[in-house]
Amino acid sequence: MKKISRKSTAPSSEGAVDINFLSRVRSKIQDPFFWSDWLVVVAFVFVIAFFGAIAPAEFLTLWNLNNILVAASIPAIIAVGQTFTVLTAGIDLSVSSTMTFGAVTFGLAFTNGWPLLQCVLFGTIAGTFVGLLNGLIIAKRKINDFIVTLGMLSVASGAALVLSDGKPRQVISESLATLAIGDKANIPYLMMVAFVIVVVAHFVLFHTRFGTHVFAVGGDPESARAMGISVVKIKIAVYVISGALAGFAATLAISRIGSAEPAANTSILLNSVAAVVLGGVSLFGGRGTIFGPFIAALLLQSLSNGLTVIGVAAYYQYLSIGLVVILSAALVRTDK
Amino acid sequence: MTTKPYAIECVNIKKAFGSVDALKGVSMFAKPGEVTAIIGDNGAGKSTLIKCISGVYNSDEGEIKINGEVVEFVNPEESRSFGIETVYQTLSLIEDLSIWQNLFLNREITKGFGPFKILNKSKMKEEATKMLKNLDVYIPSIKSRTRRLSGGQRQAVAICRAAGWGSSVVIMDEPTAALGVRETAKVEDLIKRMKAQGLAILLISHNFDQVLRLSDQIWVMRQGDVMAGLRSKDTSGDELVALITGAKSGKG
Repeated sequence: MKKISRKSTAPSSEGAVDINFLSRVRSKIQDPFFWSDWLVVVAFVFVIAFFGAIAPAEFLTLWNLNNILVAASIPAIIAVGQTFTVLTAGIDLSVSSTMTFGAVTFGLAFTNGWPLLQCVLFGTIAGTFVGLLNGLIIAKRKINDFIVTLGMLSVASGAALVLSDGKPRQVISESLATLAIGDKANIPYLMMVAFVIVVVAHFVLFHTRFGTHVFAVGGDPESARAMGISVVKIKIAVYVISGALAGFAATLAISRIGSAEPAANTSILLNSVAAVVLGGVSLFGGRGTIFGPFIAALLLQSLSNGLTVIGVAAYYQYLSIGLVVILSAALVRTDK
Repeated sequence: MTTKPYAIECVNIKKAFGSVDALKGVSMFAKPGEVTAIIGDNGAGKSTLIKCISGVYNSDEGEIKINGEVVEFVNPEESRSFGIETVYQTLSLIEDLSIWQNLFLNREITKGFGPFKILNKSKMKEEATKMLKNLDVYIPSIKSRTRRLSGGQRQAVAICRAAGWGSSVVIMDEPTAALGVRETAKVEDLIKRMKAQGLAILLISHNFDQVLRLSDQIWVMRQGDVMAGLRSKDTSGDELVALITGAKSGKG
């Protein structure tokens, strides 16, 4: 719009505008940060186009694309939580077992006859509690985030096994079944839930003081502290967010399986870290978006779905996803 | 001597770290619209003194007066609330945030109420432009990341942030130590403009030429004590060196 109006008012500088535009494009392309932001979109389009070309009749069906969206919803929510911790140069390795812990508490509440909404709340609070513990230990006691959340991975899955006595609990609910299989305008409800969380998280990160402070603490904790930002509070908050989202995601997992499983789904952890790295969030903190990891979660799901569709054995899928993660990390290396 | 109250005055400030007396009863003042330099060798107590003034340390004894009134603060936020801003050598800028975000870091302007407060970005950008313009600092785009700025531009942004909050005292720790000749000149001009706007500037510098060029008042510190308070126009580099090394006693 702007360019057109400039053209009409000053036709003589048309050439100058074009050169300007070209040099801007070139400097963008040469900027490594540009690629950390956009690589995931390019890769996503590439993956869809690749499988679409190889197996259009199987991959590009409405039913299959719906499958991808359903399967990507839980990893997307977990990736949002992981994004917050990684933005502060931390990491939450306990997400998968926090989700399991949330599912088990949900199951307990449900078998005790609690109403559904209270079960959802209970599971979310259980996850929030795990996140709070992570945050308090990491921020207050200044213990390495990797070790704390690695320990919590074991603690939370152990607690889940103890609470459930190792047995899955059936959760039969019509509303949950509707949530799991329903859709509106071909968008599954599960993906809608995930997308709402993505939008809210984006808003919090880019339009609130808290979001700015998350970037500040991740980018340079000393400077943030010097400007009066409480690094401790921000660090606790990001682990609480990660734990709460993992606890909430348990509801979605239960709706899909129809029971609260006490066994941890460890691929969720790898998936969330992979999505964050692929999505262009700097592992050194202070840089990143929410939509990047979200698209990366879609991409990873499309990849494993596509490999299944064209008949590649499941073993190779682990291999390929791991390789994609390492490759993307190497491509978007943004350390100084 | 003058009827104007001092912008800041320290009276008999003492601070010990264990058995080490870092400050042994320091008294000094700074007037509004003047650059007041604090000089001294390493370990003379300059940094301890400014950290007491900026609230990073709490002094053991003594009082700090602002515009003639005794104030007490226990942390940098409280010191800041009395209009004392500090520009540390590290500048405290977040590299990956934009210039306007850095200018408003932890003082973001919001709209809305309660838990629904959202950032008022357009207002902050507008105000950020004014803050820079007010001190004649030219930065191509306030939206660019701070990472892209030169050393002098960073220093200027950090100084503008310190000066832009209705502050009355701005403390600067070696503001030009890492800069080239041309950038140093620009920052010195910036300090002169701040002075013209009536701010009291406390300047820590090892560069005597700069101190003599910029400052109105000089306090010479040695071994945790103030050796002398001089008017810059009445002294020379040789005298300052003599006072710092102890070859000449200012109190004698």
